[in-house]
Amino acid sequence: MKKRTPAPKTATKSPKAPGTTTPRKPAKAAGLSAVEMGARQREISVSEFFTKNRHLLGFDNPRKALLTCVKEAVDNAFDACEEAGILPEVVVKVEPVATDGAAAPPASTAPPPTQATRFKVTVVDYGPGIVREQIPRIFAKLLYGSKFHRLRMSRGQQGIGISAAGMYGQLTTGKPVQIISRTGEKNPAHYFEVQINTRTNEPRIIEKKQIEWESHRGTQVTIELEGRWQKGRASVDEYLEEAAIANPHAQITYVNPEGETKAYQRTINELPPPPREIKPHPYGIELGLLLKMLHDTKSHWLSGFLSSDFSRVSPRVADEISKAAGLNPHAKPRNIMGLDAERLYKAIQATKIMAPPTNCISPIGEKAILTGLYKQIKADFYTAVTRPPAVYRGNPFIIEAGLAFGKGPQEAAALKRTGPAAEGERQEEDAELARVLRFANRVPLLYQQSACATYQAVLETSWRNYGVSQSRGALPAGPMVVFVHMASVWVPFTSESKEAIADYDEIRREIKLALQECGRRLGVFLKRKERAKHEYHRRNVFELYIEEVAEACKRLKGGRFAVERLKSRLLKIAMKRTGGEKTDELLGKKSGPEGLPDSIIVTAEGVEGAVPEIPPEGSPEPPALPEATPLEAVPPLVQQGEPPKEEPAKRLKPKGAGKAKPVQAAGRPKASKKPKKGKR
Amino acid sequence: MTRSSSSVEKKLVGLADLVVKAADRGKDPAIEIPVRSLSNVKFNEKRRIIEMGSNTQERTFFNVGMAKKFMQTMLVADALSELQRAELTTSLREIYYRAKHTIGDSHENTFDGQNESDPLIEDLEVALEALREELHVRAENAGTLIGPLTVVDDGDSVDCSKLGKGGYCVPSIVEPECLRIKRCTADFVLLVEKGTQWNRLAEDKFWKKYNCVLLTGNGQPPRGVRRLARRLHDERKLPVYVLVDNDPWGYYIYSVVKQGSINLAFESQRMAIPEAKFMGLSSHDPQRYGLPRNVGIKLNDKDIDRAKEILNYPWFQKKEWQEEIRHMLSVGLKFELDALANKDFQYLTKKYLPKKLQDRDWLD
Repeated sequence: MKKRTPAPKTATKSPKAPGTTTPRKPAKAAGLSAVEMGARQREISVSEFFTKNRHLLGFDNPRKALLTCVKEAVDNAFDACEEAGILPEVVVKVEPVATDGAAAPPASTAPPPTQATRFKVTVVDYGPGIVREQIPRIFAKLLYGSKFHRLRMSRGQQGIGISAAGMYGQLTTGKPVQIISRTGEKNPAHYFEVQINTRTNEPRIIEKKQIEWESHRGTQVTIELEGRWQKGRASVDEYLEEAAIANPHAQITYVNPEGETKAYQRTINELPPPPREIKPHPYGIELGLLLKMLHDTKSHWLSGFLSSDFSRVSPRVADEISKAAGLNPHAKPRNIMGLDAERLYKAIQATKIMAPPTNCISPIGEKAILTGLYKQIKADFYTAVTRPPAVYRGNPFIIEAGLAFGKGPQEAAALKRTGPAAEGERQEEDAELARVLRFANRVPLLYQQSACATYQAVLETSWRNYGVSQSRGALPAGPMVVFVHMASVWVPFTSESKEAIADYDEIRREIKLALQECGRRLGVFLKRKERAKHEYHRRNVFELYIEEVAEACKRLKGGRFAVERLKSRLLKIAMKRTGGEKTDELLGKKSGPEGLPDSIIVTAEGVEGAVPEIPPEGSPEPPALPEATPLEAVPPLVQQGEPPKEEPAKRLKPKGAGKAKPVQAAGRPKASKKPKKGKR
Repeated sequence: MTRSSSSVEKKLVGLADLVVKAADRGKDPAIEIPVRSLSNVKFNEKRRIIEMGSNTQERTFFNVGMAKKFMQTMLVADALSELQRAELTTSLREIYYRAKHTIGDSHENTFDGQNESDPLIEDLEVALEALREELHVRAENAGTLIGPLTVVDDGDSVDCSKLGKGGYCVPSIVEPECLRIKRCTADFVLLVEKGTQWNRLAEDKFWKKYNCVLLTGNGQPPRGVRRLARRLHDERKLPVYVLVDNDPWGYYIYSVVKQGSINLAFESQRMAIPEAKFMGLSSHDPQRYGLPRNVGIKLNDKDIDRAKEILNYPWFQKKEWQEEIRHMLSVGLKFELDALANKDFQYLTKKYLPKKLQDRDWLD
């Protein structure tokens, strides 16, 4: 394309030059007649478009492609389970596949997982299943789904995700998507192999049959694709870990390409209240959409259309709008177009209408966020804030923020044991920046952090006010994890791959307010800790020196000297002079509630605050299982689609193997089970 | 000696009693320590020595700023009483090592350097009104002596005129109990700041020719040297002359010999020699003796500040001294004694000192 551009340029220029010869010739050679051009013009199918522009859907590189594939499948599984009122339970398995395409290569010939270029992703859920007729279209037709045409909070929005993942797999490996689905015990399980016809955006069924499946209901999807597996930032592992934080009601089992099994335990045994579907709010629509709605409505009168197709428009408000637009309330909606429609649109914007209903959104909730953070991240202080609902462009949304600060008592103790930090060690620690976990409708966002409204809001919050250091224009520094969640009927993403939340002022303001509240609580916590530490240090100094002074006195006096008596008397004075019992309290030695709302404080002595109960009752986990089972001992999933009840979900030891990550898998020190331990 | 040391020991044990008593009463134990700084010394015009004032400060234990110092003071007191009981003498450094250890199971040391323990010993000297010798602490043997003098040191008779050019090493404790002056035929004492110039004078047998005792303290003279000069002055009525570099530090060395030091003001009455004279180098000497300007050293900021400080000391208020110091400042140069070698290696011995002595050219 680029090479050609100079040619027409010279052509258009040449006529301008006076006295040049044969100016028309080159133009004629390069140009095409309208007829010729018309012959080439044809429809572009969505599939074709996305084949060429797969980066728009998050398949720009092999590493991201693998993540996107897992993400889409897991999101779908969660959505399906929640909508059906089933506690989500998902098994994710990522296996390396030899490039020659052998289905299940023996371990010896398979490339090492980090070198492999082809993977088989299997995601199993024990949700409602999918009816047989819909299976091919859901998995092999882009822009097909249940979520686009409604305003209801869900993870998926467009109906692109899973079919795009299948298409990507098909493009890179030629393998079809394999699906097993069963809708209930009485129904048979169906096995499908489907591909997408990129020309027509229609599914092509390679194979379909009824099979035996151990699970009574649920869906299993297997996609083979080109990818790359790495641990660390923006990896499949990180995604599942964060998903577990935002979905404490879900049980996730992950078998990584190395064959290790990680179980993210369910910590809340209740489904979040189901979000409700709402109609669009008049403030949130654009003229084009209004025209479409006018055309599509079932109402016969304008006033009826306004009050039944929009939320918060009562018949009285509808009349008001009609009057302001100079239109007859009984006009036929279909006949309103052109100038009238524009006037109607302006009238809507000018009329005072109640904010949209906000009970349609189901936030994660402060307790659940706390639970999620507490379960997955080791820290000394946890807090969570759920903001009241707000509205952007007529879409209601809720911002939630959470914060985990500190390294946790265990790590701090380990650090202490190694003695004073060597040169350079402390600097490293100080330079550590906070980690921002971003979520939209409970889905972790891993890419494009700096383009995201949440990230901007974290930067704009002045953390220094709360005792956390922060350089100009940078994230706050310190052992801190910041959690931000936006729940909305329509999350405004910056692109189809759903990586960053668009920066609406209303959204950013809400995020900042939530972060500030978290920050204030952290500030209180840090200040108290600082003060207590200071006093403690003071007393500690005295305690140390009293020993020395008393011993020196003993040696000076010689003979029998009541050294213990002297020590105890001096200690008493020290206690009196360093804030006494109060310091002990602040230090958590005799811990009382700190009085911070929705916070958890972890000290070496114990945990206080809204500590979640782990494990929950009725969990499939057999309680008799030894807690300390190391990771390696857990057998990997033997067969795909094995029901979870036979899969012993084991709790991980906090200091178990696979410690490559700062954040640990499920499992907590025993202290968490006895939250009251510190009180006496 | 035995009697006095037992009284010192009592004083040290008294510190422990103080702590116990305070603890029994639920009070913060405190040690009264006279302040050892310029603010708490005054120049006694009549006796012409620096005396310590009556200001004291309390060193208390239950004060984050002072707790460690208090603890360290007790440790030093403990080490000192141990010396008393064992009847040993020791150095400052050994006391530091004796009292140094890690506190409990912490990573903290009782002392991190000798600079922490040295001032505490001086604190105890003043607080307990015990001399360093009585505490059995030696200073370093930093002084050397040569001249027509015989002393009895630990029962050994030492003729200081028969010690070659190396001389006799002045011990740190020169009290009459330890060191007796058996014979002295000298006419005066010349106290030289620097060992190098003392060597020059010893090598040239200056002391023989002019019948004097040559003393050096290698910089700021240690207590032994000052005390010995004082004894020679008191017991043998010898005039004492001080020969130092021409810089603010030289002036101060002279003033320490003459009036006593600020830091050890309580020792002045035992050590100061108010009749000591300043032989040189005067700021006028380079001109008088034709030293070229290029053997001088430019005064740096520290020198200038120190000179201005000295100008304000009450014992430098004499007209001649104000003029002397101001002249140095106006020239902007300092001169080392060694610079005299610019004219001749033996210029100090053969020309400078003879002329000074002949002209009686010195400052008081």
